[in-house]
Amino acid sequence: MIAEFGLAALWLAAALGLLQLLLASAAARAEGPAVALRSVRAVAGVQGLMAGLSFAALLLLFWRTDLSVALVAANSHSSKPLLYKLSGAWGNHEGSMLLWVTVLALAGAAVALLERRLSDRTLAATLGAQGAIAAGFYAFLLFASNPFARLAQAPPDGQGLNPLLQDPGLAFHPPTLYLGYVGISVAFSFAVGALVTREVNPVFARAMRPWVLGAWTMLTLGIVAGSYWAYYELGWGGWWFWDPVENASLMPWLAATALLHSVTVLAARDGLRAWTIVLAVVAFSMSMVGTFLVRSGILTSVHSFAVDPARGTFILALLLLYIGGALLLFGLRIGTVRAGRQFEAVSREGALVANNLLLSTILGVVLFGTLYPLALEGLTGEKISVGPPYFNAAAGPLALLMIALMGAGPLLRWRRDELRAAARRIALPAALGIAAFAAVLLLRPDIGVLPLLGLVLAAGVGLASVAPLFGRSLRRTPLFTWGMVVSHLGIAVALAGAAADAAFTSETLVALRPGQAADVGPYRVRLDGVRPIAGPNWTAVEARLSATRGDGGFALAPQSRAFSSPPTETAEAAISTRLDGQLYTVLGRPTEDGRWQLRLWWKPWVTLIWLGGALVALGGALTLVGRWRRERRSAERLAWA
Amino acid sequence: MKALAALLLLLATPAAAQSNLPPAELADTQLPDPARERAARALMETLRCVVCQGQSIADSDAELAGDMRALVRQRVAAGEEPAAVRAWLVERYGEQVSYAPGLSAASAPLWAAPLLLLAAGALLARGTLKRRRK
Repeated sequence: MIAEFGLAALWLAAALGLLQLLLASAAARAEGPAVALRSVRAVAGVQGLMAGLSFAALLLLFWRTDLSVALVAANSHSSKPLLYKLSGAWGNHEGSMLLWVTVLALAGAAVALLERRLSDRTLAATLGAQGAIAAGFYAFLLFASNPFARLAQAPPDGQGLNPLLQDPGLAFHPPTLYLGYVGISVAFSFAVGALVTREVNPVFARAMRPWVLGAWTMLTLGIVAGSYWAYYELGWGGWWFWDPVENASLMPWLAATALLHSVTVLAARDGLRAWTIVLAVVAFSMSMVGTFLVRSGILTSVHSFAVDPARGTFILALLLLYIGGALLLFGLRIGTVRAGRQFEAVSREGALVANNLLLSTILGVVLFGTLYPLALEGLTGEKISVGPPYFNAAAGPLALLMIALMGAGPLLRWRRDELRAAARRIALPAALGIAAFAAVLLLRPDIGVLPLLGLVLAAGVGLASVAPLFGRSLRRTPLFTWGMVVSHLGIAVALAGAAADAAFTSETLVALRPGQAADVGPYRVRLDGVRPIAGPNWTAVEARLSATRGDGGFALAPQSRAFSSPPTETAEAAISTRLDGQLYTVLGRPTEDGRWQLRLWWKPWVTLIWLGGALVALGGALTLVGRWRRERRSAERLAWA
Repeated sequence: MKALAALLLLLATPAAAQSNLPPAELADTQLPDPARERAARALMETLRCVVCQGQSIADSDAELAGDMRALVRQRVAAGEEPAAVRAWLVERYGEQVSYAPGLSAASAPLWAAPLLLLAAGALLARGTLKRRRK
């Protein structure tokens, strides 16, 4: 019954999505009746409720391990811990797509219920666009990826979940990521709505900004969490791989970051109108491209896409329809969107244009580098790999340049600034950067160009990003200014961590007999012994290690786990976080002569990567709250006047 | 007769493979010379594990990745240039084993793209800027 209920709710949500589109097209007309907007709001709310119920039904099926449902039988197992039964609901294609449309519907419902500043017609058109996107992806689920399909005969037990996914990371990473990744659809719909009614102006920008900020904050958190998860789960100490699946989440983030800055220019200075609209369209388009890459199977092999064309072709058709439609609308309407205000090159706006330019170029490089090998293989059959060496070389310098500008931008005045005065303001951070350069060259001249530049920039930009607070009363500084400072500082902190990890990591790969020890960085790590242990659905060998540095010591216990369903072995790294870095230990295979293979890394300051990432997200949240408070206060002031 | 030939072949394979295979412990043991190890490690990070998805041989648990690590270490230890090792692997496994696309007709668009994108973006951005009055 639960599966049928979930499916019925999904069909209802799909029908409501279409209804939302129809009602909205009536309400968006200039002479449309006022009652229509209220009904669009209501339909969007109920659509969100239905999608939510459908998703809840799937969770319930996984909770109860209902093996008569094909998806549960293929991806769950009765012996799994409850947390992984539940999070396993989205650890597969169908469930993940259901989560995707649920977030889409909930985002639409949130706009319908909360948005009060947008003009009625633009809001109606926005909700119409959101309904249209939802209808397409509901159709994808219902016709090509039904999560509620039943089996004729239930198997005795399920096939289990990939052990790499059996981790708290799976409970946190996909939902957070999707809140941002799919939540950014709201910006897309806002842009379409404003193009339909030709209302691209600061009021529109101020209405759109909190939605962009919210989605961007969640997307940032999701990416940071995913990076740390990959870091500890894969067991090789890497935290970013330029893997197409990672790129699929990075691309919307780059576009959303650019959008966040250009929407600020539109809200504050009525400039960058066309940029803002294009970036809003591009941000969610990148989410859809990413969904296509990950969900069509094209990454596993260009040919698996051709073998099972239903899914891939379906998403591809949706992509062309929505992205093409939005760009067509943009092409038709751009003539009627008045050019925004222009401004001097040396100004806050000028810096934000440079930010947009560099972020968009990085986005273009990542997109091109991700798609090119697929296209090349599809067209000519020639296989090449595009990986870290390409992305580091092509996007790395652009990113460093952008981060340097990020330090300078907030120190420039709006509208027009004097080059000499601006140079005085960035003199102190620049001096710190030069000092860092000299210090690194003196102490560690051998670390390579990118890490060196990274450390130098992190020092200079770190100081520059807090410089907007100098000479201000900290208590009276608006919260959204704090948000910007914290986010920018977070970028510098993360950069410092990444550069330190690249430059100073020490690695020791050894095979030890119990009682023997090896050195890594400042630590001496001793293998005390190895013992078998058992978990709820796995057995493992666990090494007992003791690490000492100076006089203090601590214990670590990396495991090598064996899961029975499906039969897989995973290495569970043991990581000890110290103040100045992490000791990362992995237990490998036994050698023939009774020793145990160990991989040991000392990674100085590596935690700064995710600490910085968390600061970036925190800055987004502070800005969101700050803007909200400022608006409420000015609304109160208006009410008094 | 056929079966006997197959059996002989089967028996012969490990012995024949033995001579080509690098010592297995090199998969997870560093070279004694830190400079050579650093060169080998840098090379491994740019070689793709051809049986994995999106992983370099430097961070993969796959057996093939281990064999390739051992092979890279063995050749680098013997004094071979990393570029030569890469070329040898590319010859053996195809262009896709290298994560660093070299300059060729097939990869030229990759290297041209960033510059073209930046130039196109700069042209577009100029429209938003006011010309300074002279």
